[in-house]
Amino acid sequence: MKIQVNNKETEVPTGATVSLLAARFDLPDKGTAIAVNNRLVPHIRWDSYILVENDSVVIIKAACGG
Amino acid sequence: MEKLVIAGKEFASRLFLGTGKFNSNERMEEAILASGSEMVTVAMKRIDLDNRDDDMLAHIQHSHIQLLPNTSGVRNAEEAVFAAQMAREAFGTNWLKLEIHPDPRYLLPDPIETLKATEELVKAGFVVLPYCQADPVLCKRLEEAGAATVMPLGAPIGTNKGLQTREFLRIIIEQATVPVVVDAGIGAPSHAAEAMEMGASAVLVNTAIAVAGNPTEMARAFKLAVESGRMAYEAQLAASGFTAVASSPLTAFLND
Repeated sequence: MKIQVNNKETEVPTGATVSLLAARFDLPDKGTAIAVNNRLVPHIRWDSYILVENDSVVIIKAACGG
Repeated sequence: MEKLVIAGKEFASRLFLGTGKFNSNERMEEAILASGSEMVTVAMKRIDLDNRDDDMLAHIQHSHIQLLPNTSGVRNAEEAVFAAQMAREAFGTNWLKLEIHPDPRYLLPDPIETLKATEELVKAGFVVLPYCQADPVLCKRLEEAGAATVMPLGAPIGTNKGLQTREFLRIIIEQATVPVVVDAGIGAPSHAAEAMEMGASAVLVNTAIAVAGNPTEMARAFKLAVESGRMAYEAQLAASGFTAVASSPLTAFLND
């Protein structure tokens, strides 16, 4: 199925979890956060959160800024 | 020197540092360590999935440093609350520099959205340090809403123009019951010293250090200026006057 990750179309298996996505992009445990459809998905829910077609995922990390 | 206390946490340094505009993460880290700062800001960005750059976070994580995630890039209170939740999750801290500046030309903070967001975020358990206009009434309202500090601007972000708002900063400092952190516009150590002499609790500096010819030396210069300004404030400055007041005896030597 197709989802958007940081505004980029991405193919993931049906039933993919947020954890699977995090593993695919090799995200570190700390310093990142993921939201699906503009709602934060806390780390503790990554394993159980199942993505569905057309979900919009935002993955953020630290950046320099004042 | 008296220690700074924000939300029950003590800080030995009254210099806060921003992490933008440095040439490299290594130079940034060196400057942060030279400054002695214990409060350092961090922004957020979307990960570029095709181009994984160096992780800046590794360069600012030190046991003596409190990370202060900011909400830069948001345009209203709703977006700020979302950004705050993302920041808390990513960085494991509920401390937050709230900044809502929708206009990219002057980057001036939106007072209405900032107050709204402060009210919501305080209720949600965040330690909120709002960047705001040097408006004494707004600062009192932010304080009443539960802000841990107020962070009025000296001049627009990145302009290095110093304390253009000084008369209003004086009123804010006089009225505040939370620490006043002068943020934005501080372009030289003398500006920082001036803010501290006026009784500001701390200053936040970024551009002036990051784009200096030698950021590490400039960070040291700011450290000394902040300490000097604070020491002068605590020692109580002499009053200024319009006419001369002799500091040597004028008559005892030649006339008598």
